[in-house]
Amino acid sequence: MKFCAGYPGTPSTEILETIAKRNPGNVYVEWSVNEKAGMEAAAGAALSGARALVTMKQVGLNVASDPLMSLEYIGVKGGMVIVVADDPGPISSQTEQDTRTFGMFSKVPVFDPSSVHEAYEMIQEAFAFSEKYHTPVFFRPTTRVDHGYESISVEEPEEYVYQEPEGFKKDASRWVIFPKLSVRAHAEIEKRNAALSDTLSSYDRNFILPETGKFRKIGIATHGVNYAYTTDAFAGGDHPRVLRVATPFPFPEKKALEFLDGLDEVLCIEELDPVIERALVFLCGKHHLSVTIRGKMSGNVKLSGENSVDEVRSYLRKFYAETGFSADDVPAEIPADDAVPPLPVRPPVLCAGCPHRASFYAVKVAMKGRKTLYAGDIGCYTLGNAHPLDMTDTCLCMGAGINMAQGVNRIEPDTRAFAFVGDSTFFASGITGTINAFYNQADITLCVLDNSTTAMTGHQPHPGTGRTIMGDIVEAVSIENVLRGIGLTTVETINPLDLDHAVEVIRRVADEPGVKAIIFRSPCIVKFRPSSGKSHVDPDKCIGCRKCIRELGCPALVMDGEKAAIDPSQCTGCTLCEQICPVGAISGGGKNE
Amino acid sequence: MNKNIVFCGVGGQGTVLASRLVADAAMKENRHVMTAETIGMAQRGGSVFSHMRIDDKQEKSLTVVRSPLVARGDADLIIGFEPGETVRQLPYLKKDGWVVTSTRPVQPVSAMIGLSSYDSEAMISYLKKHVAHLILVDADQALADIGNPRVLNIVLLGAAIRTGEVGVEPADIVEALHARLTEKVWEVNEKALAYAG
Repeated sequence: MKFCAGYPGTPSTEILETIAKRNPGNVYVEWSVNEKAGMEAAAGAALSGARALVTMKQVGLNVASDPLMSLEYIGVKGGMVIVVADDPGPISSQTEQDTRTFGMFSKVPVFDPSSVHEAYEMIQEAFAFSEKYHTPVFFRPTTRVDHGYESISVEEPEEYVYQEPEGFKKDASRWVIFPKLSVRAHAEIEKRNAALSDTLSSYDRNFILPETGKFRKIGIATHGVNYAYTTDAFAGGDHPRVLRVATPFPFPEKKALEFLDGLDEVLCIEELDPVIERALVFLCGKHHLSVTIRGKMSGNVKLSGENSVDEVRSYLRKFYAETGFSADDVPAEIPADDAVPPLPVRPPVLCAGCPHRASFYAVKVAMKGRKTLYAGDIGCYTLGNAHPLDMTDTCLCMGAGINMAQGVNRIEPDTRAFAFVGDSTFFASGITGTINAFYNQADITLCVLDNSTTAMTGHQPHPGTGRTIMGDIVEAVSIENVLRGIGLTTVETINPLDLDHAVEVIRRVADEPGVKAIIFRSPCIVKFRPSSGKSHVDPDKCIGCRKCIRELGCPALVMDGEKAAIDPSQCTGCTLCEQICPVGAISGGGKNE
Repeated sequence: MNKNIVFCGVGGQGTVLASRLVADAAMKENRHVMTAETIGMAQRGGSVFSHMRIDDKQEKSLTVVRSPLVARGDADLIIGFEPGETVRQLPYLKKDGWVVTSTRPVQPVSAMIGLSSYDSEAMISYLKKHVAHLILVDADQALADIGNPRVLNIVLLGAAIRTGEVGVEPADIVEALHARLTEKVWEVNEKALAYAG
C-alpha cells in the first residue's frame, strides 16, 4: 500500500493513526479535509497504479458518495480499498446506515470481516481483488471489530511485498467520464458483478458449517461479528447448518443455494439492514424454493440497534423451539434483576474546563430574553445540548447548522439565528455553507468554536493546526482569513473564558445585519492540559445558592453538604465558575505565571 | 486458564489503560486476547466498559471466531472503577465470580442539577448482597496513602491481580507498565499496583 487518506470518524479513526505510527517510511498518509477529498485523492493514486486506502465512518461515505458513484464506472488501476466503519447501535453516529446496502447501490463489491484477525487477512485479499477486477472495493468492519483488540501475528515491514506504481498513463477514453463511457461501463459492471457472484461462491470466507447431531432442515445465515456471537451461543453443542456471508455484495448465490438445499427454515441473524435475508428471499423466488426465510423482516430479529451474545442466544432458542428442536445447548437468557437500585444516569458531558461550555454559556447570557435559534453541528460541542446549557436546537450532519440557521431565519426573520460549528467541521464542510449564507444575504451569527484540534475523535490535526498526520509543519489555514476572504466584514475572535468580554461582543455582533462571525478560540483542555492553578470554594463565603452547579453543569462542581465544592482531580482552573459566583467564593484558578 | 474480565467505570478514569496492561501481559504469556471497548463519545463522563477474553490458545481456522463481547453470566471477574457502574455490569458476572470495585461514587452532572438521583450507598449494599467474592477498595484512602490522585486504575488492577482471577503474572503487568508509560511515573504506578491498604 502506497497511499492512505481519510477523515476522522468513530469507529474508523484509529486505522490511519496506526498506519502513521507504524509507517515504515514509504507510505503516504493524510488526514483529508473531508471524506470526499480523501476519496478523490485515493482515486487519483489508484489511477496512477498505486495501492490506495481511504477510511471513513458510515456517514462519511455520504459525503464521499459523489466521487465514488462515478469512480465505479471508471474503475481503478492500482488496488483501492474504501474502509467504511459501520456503527450498529448507533454508539457514536447519527444514522444506522449499512454499507452493505451502499455496495448494492453503488455496485461496489463489499467485504465484511468477523474479527480483528480476519480483518487483517481479508484486507490483503480485498486489495488483490480490487486490482484483479479493476474496481474499488468496500471493506466494512462494524464497531465491535473496529474497537475490538485481538492478539494477532503481523508481518514485519521487510516481509511486505512492494510494487512500484506504474504511474498515470493518459487515456481520455478510459479516465474521463462521459455518457458514452457510462452506458458501456454500466452494462459491463452488471455483467462483471453477475460473474463475481459465482467467483465469490468459491471464496473460502463465504462458507457453510454443516449441521451436527440432531439438527436437520434448519439453517442460520449470518455475517460479521454476528457470526462470532452465533457460534459462541452454540456453546460447543450441536448446531444447525450455518452460512457465513463475507461478501454480501455481489452475493454468493451458488454458495447460498448449496446452503438452502434441503432446508425448510432459515434464520438470518444480521445487524443494520436485512441484506442476507433479502438476498435469500430473492433466491428462493428465483429458484422456486420452498424455504421460509426469517429475520428482521419477519420480526424474529430486532429491526435496529446492536446485537449482543445474549440476544443472539434468545433468537436461537426461539428459532429452535419454533422449528421443533431442543434448545438445551444454548444458554438461557439471564433475566434482569428487578431489585437493582436505580443506576446513575450518565450521558456523556462536556469535560470539566471545556472551553465550549464557556462559549455556550456566554451566548446564553448574551441572548437572555431574546428569541433565538441555536443550530448545532457534529463534534464534542453537540454535547452543548445537555442540561443545564441546553444550547443546541438542531443537529443534522457535518456542516448543516450554518444553512439550517439560514433557513430558519428566512422563515422567522425576528429570530436571532446562531450556527455553532467546530474548527475541524468548519474546514470539512462549513466553508461552502458560509458562502451560501453570505451570497444569499442571510442574517445569522456564525460561531466557530475553535479548540485547535479534532477533539471528539481523539485530537487529530486539521488544516487550521499547521501540522499533518505525517508530523510535518505546514502553513496553517486561518479561519479569520477564510471568512474575510468570503466577504464577511465582522469577524471577531474572542477568548470564551473571558466571560464579560465575550458577552459584550456577542450582544453587539448578533444585532448587526448579514452574516457575521465570532471565533471562540481556546484550546481543548484534554489535548493541551493547562498548567493552571485549580479553583477552590471558600466554604465560609459560599452561600450554597448552587448557581455554579445549576447553570454550568461542570462535572468538577459538586455539593459538599450545603456548600459547593470542586473536585481537584477534574478541575482545570478555567475560572468560569469563579466569574459567575455571585459572592466571589471561588478562586485559585487561572494561569500560573 | 480461560478468563472473561469486564472493566467498567466512567469515561476518563483509565479503564482502557488497565485493560491494555492486562492484554499486554497475557500476550507476553503467548495467550490469545480479545477485547471490546466503548470509546469515542462515551469518553466524556459517560459509562464505559471494556470486555476482555483471554484464552490459553487460539485455533487457527477460518471458521473459528470468538465473540469479543462477554455474555451475561460469563465473566470471571469485574473490575469496577465506580460502584454504580459495577452494578450496571453485574449481570455479566458468573454466579461464583469475583468483583473488585472502588467504593467512591462519581456523581453524574444529571444528579447534581437535580434531573436524576444517585444513591451510591445502595450500590455497595447491593453488591454485598449479590457478590460471592467482593473486594471493596477505598479510593480516597488509597490515593491519599499513595499521594497521587490519578492512579486509581492501577490500584484496582493490583487488587484484582492479587485475587488470582486475572490469571496473569504481576511481573508481566509491571513490564507492560514500563512499556506503556514514561519512566518518571513508573515508581508511583508500581506503588499503586502493590498497594494493599
